Amino acid sequence: MTLVLVALGAAFGAPLRYMADRAVQARHDSVFPWGTFTVNVLGSFILGVLIGGAAAGAVPAPLVTLLGTGLCGALSTYSTFGYETIRLFEDGARFYSLLNAGISVAAGLGAAFVGVSVAQAVWP
Amino acid sequence: MRPEQLPTDPDVDLHVARQRVELRRGTASLLATIAAGGVIGATARYTLSLAWPHQPGEFPWSTFVTNVSGCLLIGVLMVLITEAWTAHRLIRPFLGVGMLGGYTTFSTYAVDIQQAVAAGHPRVALLYLAGTLAAALAAVYTGIIIARLLTGLHPRRKEHR
Repeated sequence: MTLVLVALGAAFGAPLRYMADRAVQARHDSVFPWGTFTVNVLGSFILGVLIGGAAAGAVPAPLVTLLGTGLCGALSTYSTFGYETIRLFEDGARFYSLLNAGISVAAGLGAAFVGVSVAQAVWP
Repeated sequence: MRPEQLPTDPDVDLHVARQRVELRRGTASLLATIAAGGVIGATARYTLSLAWPHQPGEFPWSTFVTNVSGCLLIGVLMVLITEAWTAHRLIRPFLGVGMLGGYTTFSTYAVDIQQAVAAGHPRVALLYLAGTLAAALAAVYTGIIIARLLTGLHPRRKEHR
């Protein structure tokens, strides 16, 4: 049953990542992979809210599985993040490569902490 | 960026006419393909996480292995379909965007670090943070080099063009 929830969430999360990435990348002409950055930060924030809410007893476990493990898991990606970082480095954009690794991890972590804090504020 | 250069983004580069074809020919089939790949990747990740659970404060090995192995595979895949072969237009959306994108996760990585800190294990959190990043980037690079060597390409891309 939980596997079905994960599958259902991922069926929306993966195409959503693709569309979000396209929408973000189409709006600027930078080599910096803002699309992947955006979905990873967004996914980390939503999962933070869900996990924080679950700890407070406000978000039921099946919803965490559907939206957290399924949707956020498929919305966010480590493989594309890693590939883009290495490609930037190989293309000679070493500064952007290191910047991408640094701010993706920092912003993703920040979003997770803020997400959990928001959940704790909403469901004390 | 020169038009003949490979895109930094493995999804699609809207500035390259050849790649916009991917969008013109049936967005519905493209999104369905990505969804199918995403379902396979995410259920594989979930199955591994059930087989290898961890408590907050313990090193999240299953997510670590998922992200590092997914990074190795995307390195191999991208060389095969962009440098070595001419792939069908749905291969990259299915295997790269869908399967590997659904398999690996950034959100669980970030929240597991938060959980380790909140559980009073900052050293595990820091080790996991830096360890995943270093291993994942090394895995992408290793995958790229392995695929180039196996397909007879020069290991350094700039020299075999």
